[in-house]
Amino acid sequence: MGLGQSSDRREFSATKKLKQVMAQHFQELDQAVKRGSPKVAWCTSVGPAELLRAMGFLVYFPENHGAVLGASRKAMDYIPVANALGYSPDICSYLTSDVGAYLRRETPLVQTYGISGVPKPDVLVYNTNQCRDVQDWFHFYGREFKVPVIGITSPRGVEEVTEAHVKDVARQMEGLVPTLEQVSGTKLDMDRLRHVVGLSRRCSDLWKEVLETASAVPSPWTFFDHTIHMGPAVVARGTQEAVDYYEILLKELQERVKNGVAAVEEERHRLYWEGMPIWGKLRDLANLFMRLHSCIVASTYCNSWIFTDFDPDDPFHSMAKAYTNIFICHAEGWKEDYIERIVNQFQIDGILFHDAKTCPNNSNSRYSMPQRLQKRLGIPCLVIHGDLNDLRCYSEEQAVTNIEAFVEQLEEN
Amino acid sequence: MNTKGEGRIHGSGLEKFFWAGVDVGASTTKAVVIDLEATMRGFHVQRSGVDYAGGSAACLEKALEKAGVSLESLSCVVSTGYGRYNVPMAKRIKTEISCHMKGCYHYFPHAATIVDIGGQDCKVIRVDEKGRRVAFRMNRKCAAGTGAFLEEVALRLGLDISQLDSLARRSTRKVQIGSYCTVFTSTEILTLIRKGEKVEDIVRGLFDSVVQRILEMDPLDGTIVLTGGVVEHNPVLAEALGERLKTNVFIPPHPQLTGAFGAALYGLEEDRAG
Repeated sequence: MGLGQSSDRREFSATKKLKQVMAQHFQELDQAVKRGSPKVAWCTSVGPAELLRAMGFLVYFPENHGAVLGASRKAMDYIPVANALGYSPDICSYLTSDVGAYLRRETPLVQTYGISGVPKPDVLVYNTNQCRDVQDWFHFYGREFKVPVIGITSPRGVEEVTEAHVKDVARQMEGLVPTLEQVSGTKLDMDRLRHVVGLSRRCSDLWKEVLETASAVPSPWTFFDHTIHMGPAVVARGTQEAVDYYEILLKELQERVKNGVAAVEEERHRLYWEGMPIWGKLRDLANLFMRLHSCIVASTYCNSWIFTDFDPDDPFHSMAKAYTNIFICHAEGWKEDYIERIVNQFQIDGILFHDAKTCPNNSNSRYSMPQRLQKRLGIPCLVIHGDLNDLRCYSEEQAVTNIEAFVEQLEEN
Repeated sequence: MNTKGEGRIHGSGLEKFFWAGVDVGASTTKAVVIDLEATMRGFHVQRSGVDYAGGSAACLEKALEKAGVSLESLSCVVSTGYGRYNVPMAKRIKTEISCHMKGCYHYFPHAATIVDIGGQDCKVIRVDEKGRRVAFRMNRKCAAGTGAFLEEVALRLGLDISQLDSLARRSTRKVQIGSYCTVFTSTEILTLIRKGEKVEDIVRGLFDSVVQRILEMDPLDGTIVLTGGVVEHNPVLAEALGERLKTNVFIPPHPQLTGAFGAALYGLEEDRAG
């Protein structure tokens, strides 16, 4: 999802194709804005992108831009700009990074993809399944661009997603259609929607499959690779390009597994990353774990773009189910069961919880889950304090000492 | 676990050697030299300053001098602390979390909860009866509950840091300091001064607030061992913690040296293991 920072990690041949897919995504958006067609919709990253694509919109994801700002470390220039406007340092630092960049009229996308800037929206569509911040974030731009802001209010903290939840969200999704038809000037074609949902399902299945190659010992890739290669699953799901990309990546990963290629030389420990990435520190952390012969083989974050509920035969209902049945919408017990399954599947020795200061919804260490899981699973858990984008909240020394001590603990026991 | 290794080492060829640990902490650098019996033969403490490499070499040299041991007799130097990667003579590197645990377990070889209060951070380490670490936690990114916090507040009160322990012991009245932010605490103290609270009661309140910060990190049960530089100079802290927990709190000899001592033990154990 980020721009990619150089490190000692083993590069993939597929990266060239990845860059093409990402460049095409942004260049098409840029062209659309210049021509005035097709229309551009901004969408939250776990929002109803399929509906937007089916109605002819090109889709832009501000959260992806937030991650790009974090990975390029530009976020630290922009967060204070938004803080000064009254957007607190305690709220989502994707939001503050993105709003700050907008206020400064800057984006690394210009240099990276040769486009004229962030593509202007014709409509903004959010889903609060991740947090309330996305709604406030989109309303900022609604006021700036004077375009409609519409969205879905999702249930949160549920033990199980029930039929009542799904029906409610599906109805809300259907309720978006009249506004979208008005903005796009085209009627919703259900066959096209089925086609797009089918492509998203295929993309999601492939994304799941590539992530599962990390269950091999040694693992062919790490969490830090996942965060880069997840780009198409986020910004291009629902397109053939994303499907094609993951078929290429899967082949390369299967080849690595077949040949016993390890992402981390002499892999000794297999870890789980819970919570957001620390985008501005991906390279440093990747190198640290490599030095410690420890491979982060799975994460909640990257798994969050696996949507096995998509069903082309029942698009609205299945989209509603897929986007509500995500990790972040569930209660603690469900989340613990989920992590237990992954720990067993991937033969994980320890869990790292990233407590991201500005992302309470994606920080699962705050209600004693590490203590409960440690007892339940019999493997150690560590909490690292940091943030997705705001490096003012991250102490490198403390994080490194904690991680090294954690690995020492694994080695001694 | 016989951490002293008595009766196992004769004839191993290690008798003529010594082991050193160098703990480059946020405030001070400590060097310890031990022999095959894990007896501390010499040590030195100095400010860490800005030249960690030069400072750690000088500190080790002084510890060796006090031990009457030559550099050539050292089998292994293990470094620890925030400056652990800046100790050129180190053969091995370990975190201070591991080293404090190792050092404390040497003196108290049973399941325990170890609390290390350092200049910059505070750690709680749980160790089982076999000396294996079960879990550990470090304070959040905040100086409250650390040596830096006490130094900052001493400065505000116009006191030398060395006066704090004896002042706290003269306290006759409980004064509560509730904030977990050093800056906010300084503001709280201004209010207490304005209200006419005595300086010794304020200082005792500071130690109680450090204890409170520790209790917020972990429920602290079983045998409690308090280590690190702050308790070396302020043993009143162990009393305050003991009072709160209604239990005895143990302190290893020279708690400021426990990290460096634990580092040296790692070197010794490795050589013993061959």
